[in-house]
Amino acid sequence: MPVETWLTFTLGFMILGSIVALELKDILSSIIAIGIVGLGVSMSFLFLQAPDLAIVQFLFEIFALIILVRAFIGKENHQLESSSTNKVMTGVGIVAAAAIFFLSIPVFRLLPPFGEPLMQVSQHYLDAGAAETGAANLVASVILDYRAYDTLGEVTVLFTAILGAFAILRSTATHKTAGGDHE
Amino acid sequence: MSKPKITVIIDPDIYKDTPRPSSDKKDTSKPSSGKSGMTLIVKTVTRITVWMIILYGFYIILHGHLTPGGGFGGGVIIALALLNVLLAYGRDFTQKWLNIHLLENIESLSALLFVIVGILGLFVSGSFLANFLSKGQLFAVVSAGTIPLLNIIIGFKVAMSLFLVVWVLAGIKMSKGDAA
Amino acid sequence: MTVYLLCFALFLVGVYGVIAKRDLIKIILSIGIMGYAANLFLILFAYKHGATFPILTGGKVSPMVDPLPQALVLTSIVIELGTTALLVALVVRLFQKYGTFDIAKIRRLRG
Repeated sequence: MPVETWLTFTLGFMILGSIVALELKDILSSIIAIGIVGLGVSMSFLFLQAPDLAIVQFLFEIFALIILVRAFIGKENHQLESSSTNKVMTGVGIVAAAAIFFLSIPVFRLLPPFGEPLMQVSQHYLDAGAAETGAANLVASVILDYRAYDTLGEVTVLFTAILGAFAILRSTATHKTAGGDHE
Repeated sequence: MSKPKITVIIDPDIYKDTPRPSSDKKDTSKPSSGKSGMTLIVKTVTRITVWMIILYGFYIILHGHLTPGGGFGGGVIIALALLNVLLAYGRDFTQKWLNIHLLENIESLSALLFVIVGILGLFVSGSFLANFLSKGQLFAVVSAGTIPLLNIIIGFKVAMSLFLVVWVLAGIKMSKGDAA
Repeated sequence: MTVYLLCFALFLVGVYGVIAKRDLIKIILSIGIMGYAANLFLILFAYKHGATFPILTGGKVSPMVDPLPQALVLTSIVIELGTTALLVALVVRLFQKYGTFDIAKIRRLRG
């Protein structure tokens, strides 16, 4: 069976799962339903010959699930109410998404077809990567040798995001307990 | 190491939420039978498996230039192992078990180390983040110049930062339960 | 072509969630869906028919898929985890201040 059929099936399943996750009332079911999408992405990475990404995506899914459940489950005062503005925005959202989808179909015809990528720079990485960097994993050689500057930017972004979370939450802690927990 | 645990099993007080007054007089070096955290089964399984998970994370990091994985995946595995301890044993025990300030310092230091390796490449080999070490033999563990080094740095960075953000979130959750 | 369109539809489901939902947790989940779709779209470009993963195994060298989008997406996934944590922190802080997850109510309570 060609990989495209598998991917069509998995993507349809993921779209279904994401719609279910957005429309469910219960927030725990919603967070678990989003796991369908994440694990579907992980499985698609395996089909698309990217084992590094499958591992990292799988771990990402577990970690995001733990963070969301840890932060949001257990609050009984979480309720969802429907009002007129909500219905109006739902209609606007569906119409806008459908319009964008149908108007952008001609754009996708211009892209290279599935399975035939434009490999101009990457062909050099594949041909000379092992000799130039000494790494058998060519993805690692791209991340940490050819494009290590990108990774430095990633480290900086991660540092800033975590620092932002610290700044937001630590100030709350000092505010609440007047410096009791803060050290 | 698990001798005091035998008495804990037949102790009916472990299922109560109220803190026992006698728990302070007991062995304080391993406060694993405290009120916080999950049941004894979860704690025992966590105590056995956490070092295996950390070892697996280091394996993934150290073989990042040969097999799938690398610093990002291995770092998330180590963060999940520490998070396992945090979920099973509670926040108080984790604060005694781990030196949180040391983890914060490692997290900040690893970002600096990445830049230092880059600047060393600038001086030795002429361009920022150049692979200035010997390439070695293909398929050997010690090979590929600076790639394993940067993998280890990124692994520590990712592990520490992801664990610490959950650590801060867990602390907020508790103070919030008191307020609400 | 079909795969591209389905992946784009997944992205648009995320866009719909950000526009139409008023619950902050649902908005976080929608942003996550958009991130998944964007990552998967980049990897769909990298696939080559009959090629294997870009890791040398010591045997004969067969055609390999494009390693460059994989490297970019690998960093992108971890950044996404960091931004999810930041969003969760912001939402927890908002809940502490206003006592609700509804953005319409939060807007009304301001000032």
